[in-house]
Amino acid sequence: MRSYIWLAILAMAGVTYCIRVLPLTLIRRKIENRFLRSFLYYVPYVTLTVMTFPAIIEATGSVWSGVAALAAGILVAYLTENLFLVSVLCCAVVFVVEMFL
Amino acid sequence: MAKPHSEHALWYRRGLRDGVPIALGYFAVAFTLGITAKKAGFTAFQAFVCSFTTNASAGQYAGIALISAGAGLAEIAIMEAVANARYLLMSAALSQKLDPKMPFFHRFLIGYDVTDEIFGISVSVPGYLDPFYTYGAMTMALPGWALGAMFGVICGTILPVSIVSALGVGIYGMFIAIVVPPAKKSRVVAAVVLISAAASFAVSKLAVFAALSEGMRTIVLTVALAAAAALLFPVKDEEAKEEAP
Repeated sequence: MRSYIWLAILAMAGVTYCIRVLPLTLIRRKIENRFLRSFLYYVPYVTLTVMTFPAIIEATGSVWSGVAALAAGILVAYLTENLFLVSVLCCAVVFVVEMFL
Repeated sequence: MAKPHSEHALWYRRGLRDGVPIALGYFAVAFTLGITAKKAGFTAFQAFVCSFTTNASAGQYAGIALISAGAGLAEIAIMEAVANARYLLMSAALSQKLDPKMPFFHRFLIGYDVTDEIFGISVSVPGYLDPFYTYGAMTMALPGWALGAMFGVICGTILPVSIVSALGVGIYGMFIAIVVPPAKKSRVVAAVVLISAAASFAVSKLAVFAALSEGMRTIVLTVALAAAAALLFPVKDEEAKEEAP
């Protein structure tokens, strides 16, 4: 059982590393194709948004604390553009709202 | 184009700073991962090593679920490839942020920790990415993730639920802080973000898509929406330069 888990850990790490490192090492220069460049330009915005919503309102004890964290996060990100502040604020909002629910 | 060392040091410190919220969020998420790992028969040390070497939340959840079912190693490897396929896209996008003149070995190191969050902050720096920024973030994030999983195994039930629940949204707060500023500056990006949120919500509620794992949904939506945006609003070279003053 012990060696099975170790082998499984090795398999997980090996496969994951290959997936991460292959595009970085195979794509060595600027992509000239305009469509591909535009596609890769939009990837982070789409993927980060898709991962955040609706996950943020489902991650907490209640939907409402998640909604409050989302609203507060957007507002403060709009005003300050401060990563750390927004992140900590979202946690604090969830904690406080859930105390009252 | 060798940069002075002080500039790398500066970027490294910025990476450390931006890595703090990542590490906090990771600790909380990894903590719950550790609870799952313990049920699957992991020791605290195994959870630490697994998290330090794989550092992928969905990928590890999927892998650990298979391990607790006693699945074969090939099955686990395939599951890992599917659950982490979105990193192919992220690494491809990140490859365009790297200076072609940068020493090649950096690509092997950056590739070690292309997570949702570290990708998010690395891809949003202006101009070419200084790898030391990513290393700074990794210096905070990797121990946060690995120690979180370890403590999850050791004392999974000690932390109050309210604190774990609150820490869990820290990651999303960070994503919001990455996406909102560019959306504020570009109406196209703002539209892409709003449509992505709406599509993501719809897909999560529609029974048709229920069979897709969360990782697969992220990939399908990313490919479809980023391709549509690229067709409708192709990026001009000047815009890319504006991004990189």
